[in-house]
Amino acid sequence: MRTFQFDKATDTEQALKAAGAEQAMFLAGGTTLLDLVKLDVMQPERLVDVNRLPLNKIETLSDGRVRIGALVTNTTLARDEHIVEHYPVLSQALLSGATTQLRNKATTAGNVMQRVRCHYFRDNVSPCNKREPGSGCSAIEGDNRSVHAVLGTSEHCIATHPSDMCVAMAAIGATVQVQGPKGEREIDFLDYHLLPGDTPEREHALQPGELITHIVLAAPLADSRSAYLKLRDRASYQFALASSAIIVRLQGDRIAEARIALGGVGTKPWRATEAEQALRGQPATEDSFRRAADVAMQGAKPYRQNAYKIPLAKQAIVRNLQTLTGAVA
Amino acid sequence: MSDSILPGRRTFLKSVGVSSLAVAAAPAWVQAAQAVRVDDSEQPLKPGEQRINLKVNGQTHTVNVPANAVLLDVLRDRLQLTGTKKGCDHGQCGACTLHVNGVAVNSCLSLAVSHDGDEITTIEGLEKDGTLHPVQEAFWEHDAYQCGYCTSGQIMSAVAIINDPAIGTDDASVREAMSGNICRCGAYKNILSAVQSAREKMKGAS
Repeated sequence: MRTFQFDKATDTEQALKAAGAEQAMFLAGGTTLLDLVKLDVMQPERLVDVNRLPLNKIETLSDGRVRIGALVTNTTLARDEHIVEHYPVLSQALLSGATTQLRNKATTAGNVMQRVRCHYFRDNVSPCNKREPGSGCSAIEGDNRSVHAVLGTSEHCIATHPSDMCVAMAAIGATVQVQGPKGEREIDFLDYHLLPGDTPEREHALQPGELITHIVLAAPLADSRSAYLKLRDRASYQFALASSAIIVRLQGDRIAEARIALGGVGTKPWRATEAEQALRGQPATEDSFRRAADVAMQGAKPYRQNAYKIPLAKQAIVRNLQTLTGAVA
Repeated sequence: MSDSILPGRRTFLKSVGVSSLAVAAAPAWVQAAQAVRVDDSEQPLKPGEQRINLKVNGQTHTVNVPANAVLLDVLRDRLQLTGTKKGCDHGQCGACTLHVNGVAVNSCLSLAVSHDGDEITTIEGLEKDGTLHPVQEAFWEHDAYQCGYCTSGQIMSAVAIINDPAIGTDDASVREAMSGNICRCGAYKNILSAVQSAREKMKGAS
Protein backbone atom coordinates (compact mmCIF):
# COMPACT_ATOMS: atom_id res chain seq x y z
CA MET A 1 0.00 0.00 0.00
CA ARG A 2 1.20 3.50 -0.84
CA THR A 3 2.30 5.68 2.02
CA PHE A 4 0.67 8.89 3.22
CA GLN A 5 0.85 11.51 5.91
CA PHE A 6 -1.26 10.56 8.90
CA ASP A 7 -2.95 12.73 11.51
CA LYS A 8 -5.22 11.72 14.32
CA ALA A 9 -7.85 14.25 15.35
CA THR A 10 -9.73 14.35 18.64
CA ASP A 11 -12.21 17.09 17.78
CA THR A 12 -13.86 18.42 14.65
CA GLU A 13 -11.86 21.67 14.48
CA GLN A 14 -8.62 19.72 14.67
CA ALA A 15 -9.81 17.35 11.95
CA LEU A 16 -10.80 20.19 9.62
CA LYS A 17 -7.51 21.95 10.20
CA ALA A 18 -5.49 18.80 9.53
CA ALA A 19 -7.52 18.20 6.38
CA GLY A 20 -6.78 21.68 5.10
CA ALA A 21 -4.00 20.25 2.99
CA GLU A 22 -4.67 19.13 -0.57
CA GLN A 23 -5.60 15.50 -1.18
CA ALA A 24 -6.46 14.87 2.47
CA MET A 25 -9.11 12.28 3.19
CA PHE A 26 -10.91 11.46 6.41
CA LEU A 27 -10.47 7.91 7.71
CA ALA A 28 -13.29 6.39 9.78
CA GLY A 29 -14.01 2.64 9.60
CA GLY A 30 -11.70 2.30 6.61
CA THR A 31 -13.67 -0.53 5.01
CA THR A 32 -13.93 1.31 1.70
CA LEU A 33 -10.99 3.68 1.92
CA LEU A 34 -8.23 1.24 2.90
CA ASP A 35 -9.55 -1.34 0.45
CA LEU A 36 -9.26 1.20 -2.37
CA VAL A 37 -5.90 2.61 -1.21
CA LYS A 38 -4.53 -0.94 -1.31
CA LEU A 39 -5.80 -1.20 -4.89
CA ASP A 40 -4.27 2.24 -5.53
CA VAL A 41 -7.67 3.39 -6.83
CA MET A 42 -7.73 6.05 -4.11
CA GLN A 43 -4.45 7.87 -3.67
CA PRO A 44 -4.56 10.08 -0.59
CA GLU A 45 -1.55 12.23 0.25
CA ARG A 46 -2.82 12.57 3.78
CA LEU A 47 -5.26 10.67 5.96
CA VAL A 48 -6.95 12.30 8.91
CA ASP A 49 -8.17 9.66 11.36
CA VAL A 50 -11.48 10.90 12.79
CA ASN A 51 -12.30 7.80 14.83
CA ARG A 52 -11.77 9.57 18.16
CA LEU A 53 -14.12 12.46 17.38
CA PRO A 54 -17.15 12.63 19.71
CA LEU A 55 -19.60 11.80 16.93
CA ASN A 56 -20.89 8.44 18.08
CA LYS A 57 -24.31 9.20 19.58
CA ILE A 58 -27.84 8.53 18.40
CA GLU A 59 -30.16 11.24 19.76
CA THR A 60 -33.90 11.68 19.41
CA LEU A 61 -34.61 15.39 18.91
CA SER A 62 -37.63 17.15 20.44
CA ASP A 63 -39.36 17.35 17.04
CA GLY A 64 -39.17 13.56 16.62
CA ARG A 65 -36.22 13.56 14.24
CA VAL A 66 -33.21 11.36 15.02
CA ARG A 67 -29.66 12.66 14.86
CA ILE A 68 -27.05 10.01 14.14
CA GLY A 69 -23.39 10.76 14.74
CA ALA A 70 -21.09 10.20 11.77
CA LEU A 71 -19.11 7.53 13.63
CA VAL A 72 -22.01 5.39 14.84
CA THR A 73 -21.21 1.96 13.44
CA ASN A 74 -23.59 0.13 11.14
CA THR A 75 -24.00 -2.55 13.83
CA THR A 76 -24.86 -0.04 16.56
CA LEU A 77 -27.33 1.82 14.36
CA ALA A 78 -29.04 -1.36 13.19
CA ARG A 79 -29.55 -2.50 16.78
CA ASP A 80 -30.56 0.79 18.35
CA GLU A 81 -33.95 0.24 20.04
CA HIS A 82 -35.44 3.47 18.78
CA ILE A 83 -34.34 2.72 15.22
CA VAL A 84 -35.62 -0.86 15.37
CA GLU A 85 -39.00 0.33 16.65
CA HIS A 86 -39.55 3.44 14.52
CA TYR A 87 -37.43 2.83 11.44
CA PRO A 88 -37.44 -0.94 10.86
CA VAL A 89 -36.60 -0.33 7.19
CA LEU A 90 -33.28 1.23 8.22
CA SER A 91 -32.34 -1.52 10.66
CA GLN A 92 -33.18 -4.19 8.09
CA ALA A 93 -31.26 -2.42 5.33
CA LEU A 94 -28.16 -2.15 7.51
CA LEU A 95 -28.30 -5.80 8.55
CA SER A 96 -28.67 -6.89 4.94
CA GLY A 97 -25.39 -5.24 3.99
CA ALA A 98 -21.84 -6.58 4.19
CA THR A 99 -20.83 -8.92 7.04
CA THR A 100 -20.79 -8.88 10.84
CA GLN A 101 -17.13 -7.81 10.95
CA LEU A 102 -17.52 -5.10 8.30
CA ARG A 103 -20.66 -3.70 9.94
CA ASN A 104 -18.77 -3.56 13.23
CA LYS A 105 -16.19 -1.28 11.61
CA ALA A 106 -18.20 0.62 9.01
CA THR A 107 -19.64 3.95 10.12
CA THR A 108 -22.77 5.89 9.20
CA ALA A 109 -20.90 8.65 7.35
CA GLY A 110 -18.55 6.13 5.76
CA ASN A 111 -21.51 4.19 4.42
CA VAL A 112 -22.80 7.39 2.82
CA MET A 113 -19.32 7.90 1.29
CA GLN A 114 -19.06 4.35 -0.09
CA ARG A 115 -17.59 4.08 -3.59
CA VAL A 116 -19.04 2.06 -6.43
CA ARG A 117 -18.33 -1.67 -6.85
CA CYS A 118 -17.88 -1.53 -10.64
CA HIS A 119 -14.95 -3.89 -11.35
CA TYR A 120 -13.61 -1.57 -14.05
CA PHE A 121 -13.41 1.20 -11.43
CA ARG A 122 -11.71 -1.15 -8.98
CA ASP A 123 -9.26 -2.84 -11.35
CA ASN A 124 -7.23 0.36 -11.75
CA VAL A 125 -6.42 -0.54 -15.37
CA SER A 126 -9.55 -0.30 -17.51
CA PRO A 127 -10.83 3.01 -18.83
CA CYS A 128 -13.12 4.49 -16.17
CA ASN A 129 -14.47 8.05 -16.17
CA LYS A 130 -14.90 8.01 -12.42
CA ARG A 131 -11.31 7.09 -11.76
CA GLU A 132 -9.81 8.88 -14.73
CA PRO A 133 -12.18 11.48 -16.19
CA GLY A 134 -12.33 11.37 -19.98
CA SER A 135 -10.91 7.85 -20.30
CA GLY A 136 -14.27 6.27 -21.14
CA CYS A 137 -16.65 3.80 -19.47
CA SER A 138 -15.71 0.15 -19.85
CA ALA A 139 -18.96 -1.08 -18.32
CA ILE A 140 -21.36 0.28 -20.94
CA GLU A 141 -20.19 -2.22 -23.54
CA GLY A 142 -18.62 -4.61 -21.06
CA ASP A 143 -19.67 -6.81 -18.17
CA ASN A 144 -22.60 -4.96 -16.61
CA ARG A 145 -24.80 -7.65 -15.12
CA SER A 146 -24.72 -7.16 -11.38
CA VAL A 147 -23.48 -3.78 -10.10
CA HIS A 148 -24.65 -1.59 -12.95
CA ALA A 149 -27.71 0.58 -13.07
CA VAL A 150 -30.76 1.02 -15.26
CA LEU A 151 -31.86 4.32 -13.70
CA GLY A 152 -29.91 7.59 -13.63
CA THR A 153 -27.13 6.38 -15.93
CA SER A 154 -25.23 8.52 -18.41
CA GLU A 155 -22.99 7.76 -21.35
CA HIS A 156 -20.08 8.33 -18.95
CA CYS A 157 -20.93 5.98 -16.05
CA ILE A 158 -23.53 3.34 -15.20
CA ALA A 159 -22.29 2.03 -11.83
CA THR A 160 -24.87 1.59 -9.05
CA HIS A 161 -24.50 3.17 -5.66
CA PRO A 162 -23.81 0.09 -3.53
CA SER A 163 -25.31 1.10 -0.16
CA ASP A 164 -28.38 -0.50 1.42
CA MET A 165 -28.44 1.95 4.33
CA CYS A 166 -28.67 4.93 1.97
CA VAL A 167 -31.68 3.44 0.21
CA ALA A 168 -33.54 3.27 3.53
CA MET A 169 -32.49 6.83 4.35
CA ALA A 170 -33.69 8.05 0.96
CA ALA A 171 -37.12 6.58 1.74
CA ILE A 172 -37.23 7.93 5.29
CA GLY A 173 -36.01 11.40 4.32
CA ALA A 174 -32.87 12.78 5.94
CA THR A 175 -30.42 15.64 6.13
CA VAL A 176 -26.64 15.41 5.96
CA GLN A 177 -25.00 17.80 8.41
CA VAL A 178 -21.51 18.83 7.40
CA GLN A 179 -18.85 21.04 8.85
CA GLY A 180 -16.14 22.65 6.77
CA PRO A 181 -13.73 25.55 6.46
CA LYS A 182 -16.73 27.85 5.84
CA GLY A 183 -18.74 26.57 8.78
CA GLU A 184 -21.70 24.23 9.12
CA ARG A 185 -24.37 23.47 6.57
CA GLU A 186 -27.10 20.95 5.83
CA ILE A 187 -27.66 19.03 2.62
CA ASP A 188 -30.91 17.25 1.83
CA PHE A 189 -30.14 13.53 1.63
CA LEU A 190 -31.69 13.27 -1.84
CA ASP A 191 -29.37 16.03 -3.10
CA TYR A 192 -26.28 14.56 -1.46
CA HIS A 193 -25.45 11.87 -4.00
CA LEU A 194 -25.05 13.17 -7.54
CA LEU A 195 -26.06 11.59 -10.82
CA PRO A 196 -23.00 10.75 -12.95
CA GLY A 197 -24.01 13.00 -15.88
CA ASP A 198 -20.92 14.48 -17.52
CA THR A 199 -18.94 14.41 -14.28
CA PRO A 200 -19.03 10.88 -12.83
CA GLU A 201 -15.92 11.67 -10.78
CA ARG A 202 -18.14 13.95 -8.67
CA GLU A 203 -20.19 11.59 -6.53
CA HIS A 204 -21.54 13.82 -3.78
CA ALA A 205 -22.23 17.39 -2.76
CA LEU A 206 -19.37 17.72 -0.24
CA GLN A 207 -16.97 20.60 -0.85
CA PRO A 208 -13.22 20.06 -0.35
CA GLY A 209 -12.35 19.92 3.34
CA GLU A 210 -15.92 19.31 4.49
CA LEU A 211 -16.66 16.56 7.00
CA ILE A 212 -19.99 14.83 7.62
CA THR A 213 -20.79 15.20 11.31
CA HIS A 214 -24.34 13.80 11.49
CA ILE A 215 -27.19 12.36 9.51
CA VAL A 216 -30.59 13.56 10.73
CA LEU A 217 -33.53 11.30 9.94
CA ALA A 218 -36.96 12.83 9.36
CA ALA A 219 -39.48 12.05 12.11
CA PRO A 220 -41.08 8.66 11.54
CA LEU A 221 -44.27 8.68 9.50
CA ALA A 222 -47.12 8.25 11.99
CA ASP A 223 -48.94 4.90 12.01
CA SER A 224 -46.68 3.55 9.30
CA ARG A 225 -44.99 0.24 8.71
CA SER A 226 -41.79 -0.21 6.77
CA ALA A 227 -39.46 -2.86 5.40
CA TYR A 228 -36.39 -3.42 3.24
CA LEU A 229 -36.42 -6.17 0.65
CA LYS A 230 -33.11 -7.04 -0.97
CA LEU A 231 -32.76 -9.39 -3.94
CA ARG A 232 -29.27 -10.68 -4.69
CA ASP A 233 -27.24 -13.50 -6.19
CA ARG A 234 -26.86 -15.29 -2.85
CA ALA A 235 -28.71 -15.05 0.43
CA SER A 236 -26.01 -13.25 2.37
CA TYR A 237 -23.00 -10.96 1.96
CA GLN A 238 -23.77 -9.73 -1.52
CA PHE A 239 -24.68 -6.40 -3.07
CA ALA A 240 -28.26 -5.87 -4.20
CA LEU A 241 -29.31 -6.68 -7.74
CA ALA A 242 -32.49 -4.85 -6.84
CA SER A 243 -33.88 -3.74 -3.51
CA SER A 244 -36.75 -1.70 -2.19
CA ALA A 245 -37.13 0.36 0.97
CA ILE A 246 -40.80 1.04 1.54
CA ILE A 247 -42.70 2.94 4.22
CA VAL A 248 -46.46 2.79 4.01
CA ARG A 249 -49.43 4.17 5.93
CA LEU A 250 -52.77 2.49 5.36
CA GLN A 251 -56.21 3.98 5.80
CA GLY A 252 -58.67 1.13 5.86
CA ASP A 253 -57.77 -0.97 2.87
CA ARG A 254 -56.26 1.92 0.93
CA ILE A 255 -52.75 3.36 0.77
CA ALA A 256 -52.86 6.77 2.46
CA GLU A 257 -49.18 7.45 1.92
CA ALA A 258 -46.14 5.54 0.66
CA ARG A 259 -42.46 6.23 0.41
CA ILE A 260 -40.40 4.10 -1.92
CA ALA A 261 -36.68 4.02 -2.61
CA LEU A 262 -34.75 1.56 -4.72
CA GLY A 263 -31.28 0.07 -4.49
CA GLY A 264 -29.16 -1.93 -6.93
CA VAL A 265 -30.78 -0.30 -9.97
CA GLY A 266 -29.85 3.39 -9.68
CA THR A 267 -26.62 5.35 -9.93
CA LYS A 268 -27.65 6.89 -6.60
CA PRO A 269 -30.01 5.82 -3.81
CA TRP A 270 -33.22 6.11 -5.87
CA ARG A 271 -36.34 7.71 -4.47
CA ALA A 272 -39.34 6.77 -6.61
CA THR A 273 -41.62 9.75 -5.94
CA GLU A 274 -43.84 9.22 -8.99
CA ALA A 275 -44.57 5.68 -7.90
CA GLU A 276 -45.46 7.03 -4.45
CA GLN A 277 -47.95 9.42 -6.03
CA ALA A 278 -49.39 6.64 -8.13
CA LEU A 279 -50.13 4.66 -4.96
CA ARG A 280 -51.77 7.43 -2.98
CA GLY A 281 -55.44 6.69 -2.28
CA GLN A 282 -55.30 3.40 -4.19
CA PRO A 283 -56.62 0.12 -2.81
CA ALA A 284 -53.86 -2.04 -1.31
CA THR A 285 -54.02 -4.67 -4.01
CA GLU A 286 -51.53 -6.36 -6.28
CA ASP A 287 -52.93 -4.43 -9.24
CA SER A 288 -52.18 -1.08 -7.59
CA PHE A 289 -48.72 -2.26 -6.60
CA ARG A 290 -47.94 -3.42 -10.14
CA ARG A 291 -49.07 -0.10 -11.60
CA ALA A 292 -46.89 1.80 -9.14
CA ALA A 293 -43.93 -0.49 -9.93
CA ASP A 294 -44.38 0.18 -13.64
CA VAL A 295 -44.32 3.91 -12.93
CA ALA A 296 -41.17 3.54 -10.82
CA MET A 297 -39.29 1.86 -13.67
CA GLN A 298 -40.74 3.93 -16.50
CA GLY A 299 -37.51 5.71 -17.39
CA ALA A 300 -35.28 2.64 -16.95
CA LYS A 301 -32.64 2.02 -19.60
CA PRO A 302 -31.29 -1.53 -19.85
CA TYR A 303 -27.73 -2.38 -20.85
CA ARG A 304 -26.34 -5.52 -22.45
CA GLN A 305 -26.61 -7.81 -19.44
CA ASN A 306 -28.87 -6.08 -16.94
CA ALA A 307 -32.30 -5.78 -18.57
CA TYR A 308 -33.52 -8.36 -16.04
CA LYS A 309 -33.17 -5.71 -13.35
CA ILE A 310 -36.26 -3.89 -14.61
CA PRO A 311 -38.73 -6.70 -13.84
CA LEU A 312 -36.68 -7.64 -10.77
CA ALA A 313 -36.95 -4.14 -9.30
CA LYS A 314 -40.68 -4.09 -10.03
CA GLN A 315 -41.02 -7.38 -8.20
CA ALA A 316 -39.00 -5.97 -5.28
CA ILE A 317 -41.59 -3.20 -5.00
CA VAL A 318 -44.65 -5.41 -5.42
CA ARG A 319 -43.53 -8.12 -3.02
CA ASN A 320 -42.44 -5.67 -0.35
CA LEU A 321 -45.81 -3.86 -0.56
CA GLN A 322 -47.70 -7.15 -0.47
CA THR A 323 -45.90 -8.26 2.67
CA LEU A 324 -46.23 -4.86 4.34
CA THR A 325 -49.94 -4.52 3.67
CA GLY A 326 -50.79 -8.16 4.21
CA ALA A 327 -52.13 -8.31 0.65
CA VAL A 328 -50.27 -11.48 -0.27
CA ALA A 329 -52.10 -13.17 -3.11
CA MET B 1 23.78 -26.19 4.55
CA SER B 2 24.33 -28.61 7.39
CA ASP B 3 21.53 -30.54 8.99
CA SER B 4 22.16 -28.92 12.33
CA ILE B 5 20.69 -25.58 11.29
CA LEU B 6 17.70 -27.02 9.50
CA PRO B 7 14.80 -26.76 11.90
CA GLY B 8 12.64 -29.81 12.39
CA ARG B 9 8.95 -29.33 11.66
CA ARG B 10 8.02 -29.30 15.30
CA THR B 11 10.79 -26.85 16.25
CA PHE B 12 9.78 -24.63 13.40
CA LEU B 13 6.17 -24.64 14.50
CA LYS B 14 7.22 -23.81 18.03
CA SER B 15 9.62 -21.09 17.11
CA VAL B 16 7.22 -19.08 15.03
CA GLY B 17 4.00 -20.25 16.56
CA VAL B 18 2.46 -20.97 13.19
CA SER B 19 -0.20 -23.13 11.63
CA SER B 20 -3.67 -21.91 12.33
CA LEU B 21 -4.49 -25.53 13.02
CA ALA B 22 -1.87 -25.76 15.71
CA VAL B 23 -2.78 -22.48 17.32
CA ALA B 24 -6.46 -22.87 16.67
CA ALA B 25 -7.04 -26.28 18.06
CA ALA B 26 -4.22 -28.74 18.69
CA PRO B 27 -3.68 -29.13 22.43
CA ALA B 28 -0.05 -30.26 22.02
CA TRP B 29 0.94 -26.96 20.49
CA VAL B 30 -0.93 -24.60 22.74
CA GLN B 31 2.26 -23.68 24.56
CA ALA B 32 3.86 -22.49 21.34
CA ALA B 33 1.77 -19.37 21.11
CA GLN B 34 3.50 -17.10 23.59
CA ALA B 35 4.38 -13.78 22.01
CA VAL B 36 7.71 -12.19 22.65
CA ARG B 37 7.14 -8.69 23.98
CA VAL B 38 8.21 -6.05 21.48
CA ASP B 39 9.49 -2.77 22.87
CA ASP B 40 10.64 -0.17 20.35
CA SER B 41 10.62 2.70 22.83
CA GLU B 42 14.44 2.95 22.73
CA GLN B 43 14.47 2.87 18.93
CA PRO B 44 14.48 6.29 17.27
CA LEU B 45 11.44 6.91 15.08
CA LYS B 46 12.21 6.82 11.37
CA PRO B 47 10.62 9.46 9.14
CA GLY B 48 6.89 8.82 8.85
CA GLU B 49 6.81 6.40 11.77
CA GLN B 50 4.65 6.69 14.85
CA ARG B 51 5.06 4.94 18.19
CA ILE B 52 2.01 3.05 19.36
CA ASN B 53 1.05 0.74 22.19
CA LEU B 54 -0.87 -2.37 21.30
CA LYS B 55 -2.30 -4.45 24.12
CA VAL B 56 -2.45 -7.85 22.50
CA ASN B 57 -3.79 -10.82 24.45
CA GLY B 58 -3.09 -8.93 27.67
CA GLN B 59 0.51 -8.06 26.82
CA THR B 60 1.48 -4.48 25.90
CA HIS B 61 3.83 -4.03 22.98
CA THR B 62 5.42 -0.71 22.04
CA VAL B 63 5.95 -0.64 18.30
CA ASN B 64 7.27 1.98 15.89
CA VAL B 65 5.18 1.68 12.74
CA PRO B 66 4.87 3.59 9.48
CA ALA B 67 1.49 5.23 8.89
CA ASN B 68 0.54 2.70 6.22
CA ALA B 69 1.27 -0.38 8.36
CA VAL B 70 -1.77 -2.60 8.52
CA LEU B 71 -2.71 -4.06 11.90
CA LEU B 72 -2.71 -7.60 10.50
CA ASP B 73 0.83 -7.21 9.16
CA VAL B 74 2.15 -5.67 12.37
CA LEU B 75 0.75 -8.56 14.40
CA ARG B 76 2.19 -11.16 12.06
CA ASP B 77 5.51 -9.60 11.11
CA ARG B 78 6.46 -7.53 14.14
CA LEU B 79 4.82 -9.42 17.01
CA GLN B 80 5.25 -12.87 15.41
CA LEU B 81 1.59 -13.60 16.11
CA THR B 82 1.02 -15.52 12.90
CA GLY B 83 -2.16 -17.27 13.98
CA THR B 84 -4.16 -14.47 12.38
CA LYS B 85 -4.17 -15.15 8.64
CA LYS B 86 -4.03 -13.00 5.55
CA GLY B 87 -6.47 -14.24 2.94
CA CYS B 88 -7.87 -11.71 0.49
CA ASP B 89 -6.40 -8.66 2.26
CA HIS B 90 -9.54 -6.68 1.27
CA GLY B 91 -12.12 -7.48 3.93
CA GLN B 92 -13.87 -10.09 1.88
CA CYS B 93 -12.77 -13.43 3.35
CA GLY B 94 -12.60 -12.96 7.13
CA ALA B 95 -9.36 -14.94 7.65
CA CYS B 96 -7.88 -11.93 9.50
CA THR B 97 -10.77 -11.57 11.97
CA LEU B 98 -9.76 -10.64 15.51
CA HIS B 99 -11.31 -8.70 18.38
CA VAL B 100 -10.62 -5.01 18.99
CA ASN B 101 -11.96 -3.97 22.39
CA GLY B 102 -14.13 -7.09 22.29
CA VAL B 103 -15.60 -6.47 18.83
CA ALA B 104 -14.85 -8.72 15.84
CA VAL B 105 -13.32 -6.80 12.92
CA ASN B 106 -11.23 -7.42 9.81
CA SER B 107 -7.64 -6.59 10.75
CA CYS B 108 -6.62 -6.28 7.10
CA LEU B 109 -8.70 -3.10 6.80
CA SER B 110 -7.28 -1.55 9.97
CA LEU B 111 -4.26 0.72 10.19
CA ALA B 112 -2.06 -0.10 13.19
CA VAL B 113 -1.72 3.63 14.00
CA SER B 114 -5.49 3.84 14.41
CA HIS B 115 -5.34 1.27 17.21
CA ASP B 116 -2.93 2.92 19.64
CA GLY B 117 -4.05 1.85 23.11
CA ASP B 118 -6.68 -0.60 21.93
CA GLU B 119 -7.09 -4.06 23.43
CA ILE B 120 -6.68 -6.71 20.81
CA THR B 121 -7.43 -10.40 21.12
CA THR B 122 -6.09 -12.82 18.54
CA ILE B 123 -6.51 -16.57 18.22
CA GLU B 124 -3.38 -16.96 20.37
CA GLY B 125 -5.17 -15.20 23.22
CA LEU B 126 -8.14 -17.54 23.49
CA GLU B 127 -6.53 -20.36 25.46
CA LYS B 128 -6.21 -19.84 29.17
CA ASP B 129 -3.37 -21.52 31.11
CA GLY B 130 -2.92 -24.25 28.55
CA THR B 131 -6.63 -25.00 28.20
CA LEU B 132 -8.26 -24.41 24.88
CA HIS B 133 -11.25 -22.13 24.58
CA PRO B 134 -14.50 -24.15 24.24
CA VAL B 135 -14.84 -22.95 20.63
CA GLN B 136 -11.34 -24.20 19.82
CA GLU B 137 -12.19 -27.54 21.45
CA ALA B 138 -15.38 -27.74 19.46
CA PHE B 139 -13.60 -27.09 16.15
CA TRP B 140 -11.21 -29.88 17.02
CA GLU B 141 -13.97 -32.28 18.02
CA HIS B 142 -16.20 -31.53 15.04
CA ASP B 143 -13.39 -31.53 12.49
CA ALA B 144 -14.51 -28.04 11.47
CA TYR B 145 -11.80 -27.46 8.88
CA GLN B 146 -9.91 -29.10 6.11
CA CYS B 147 -6.87 -27.00 5.20
CA GLY B 148 -7.24 -24.86 8.32
CA TYR B 149 -6.33 -21.54 6.77
CA CYS B 150 -9.63 -19.82 7.55
CA THR B 151 -9.93 -21.48 10.96
CA SER B 152 -8.49 -18.69 13.13
CA GLY B 153 -10.91 -16.20 11.62
CA GLN B 154 -13.82 -18.62 11.89
CA ILE B 155 -13.09 -19.21 15.57
CA MET B 156 -12.69 -15.51 16.35
CA SER B 157 -16.02 -14.77 14.66
CA ALA B 158 -17.69 -17.70 16.40
CA VAL B 159 -16.53 -16.56 19.85
CA ALA B 160 -17.86 -13.06 19.22
CA ILE B 161 -21.16 -14.35 17.89
CA ILE B 162 -21.78 -16.74 20.79
CA ASN B 163 -21.04 -13.95 23.26
CA ASP B 164 -23.34 -11.48 21.48
CA PRO B 165 -26.89 -11.60 22.87
CA ALA B 166 -28.20 -9.63 19.87
CA ILE B 167 -27.39 -12.45 17.44
CA GLY B 168 -29.91 -15.27 17.21
CA THR B 169 -28.94 -18.76 18.34
CA ASP B 170 -30.67 -20.73 15.58
CA ASP B 171 -28.64 -22.24 12.71
CA ALA B 172 -29.85 -19.67 10.16
CA SER B 173 -28.76 -16.74 12.37
CA VAL B 174 -25.34 -18.29 12.94
CA ARG B 175 -24.86 -18.90 9.21
CA GLU B 176 -25.84 -15.32 8.45
CA ALA B 177 -23.62 -13.86 11.20
CA MET B 178 -20.67 -16.01 10.03
CA SER B 179 -21.09 -15.19 6.35
CA GLY B 180 -18.06 -12.91 6.48
CA ASN B 181 -15.81 -15.93 7.00
CA ILE B 182 -15.25 -17.81 3.79
CA CYS B 183 -14.09 -21.45 3.86
CA ARG B 184 -13.04 -22.52 0.40
CA CYS B 185 -12.73 -26.14 1.51
CA GLY B 186 -16.43 -25.93 2.27
CA ALA B 187 -16.32 -27.12 5.88
CA TYR B 188 -19.37 -25.02 6.74
CA LYS B 189 -21.48 -27.91 7.95
CA ASN B 190 -18.94 -28.91 10.58
CA ILE B 191 -18.18 -25.29 11.45
CA LEU B 192 -21.86 -24.77 12.21
CA SER B 193 -21.99 -27.91 14.39
CA ALA B 194 -18.86 -26.77 16.22
CA VAL B 195 -20.30 -23.33 16.93
CA GLN B 196 -23.59 -24.71 18.17
CA SER B 197 -21.95 -27.35 20.34
CA ALA B 198 -19.54 -24.78 21.82
CA ARG B 199 -22.51 -22.56 22.62
CA GLU B 200 -24.06 -25.35 24.67
CA LYS B 201 -20.81 -25.99 26.54
CA MET B 202 -20.28 -22.30 27.26
CA LYS B 203 -23.83 -22.03 28.57
CA GLY B 204 -23.15 -24.97 30.88
CA ALA B 205 -19.91 -23.43 32.11
CA SER B 206 -21.32 -20.02 33.02
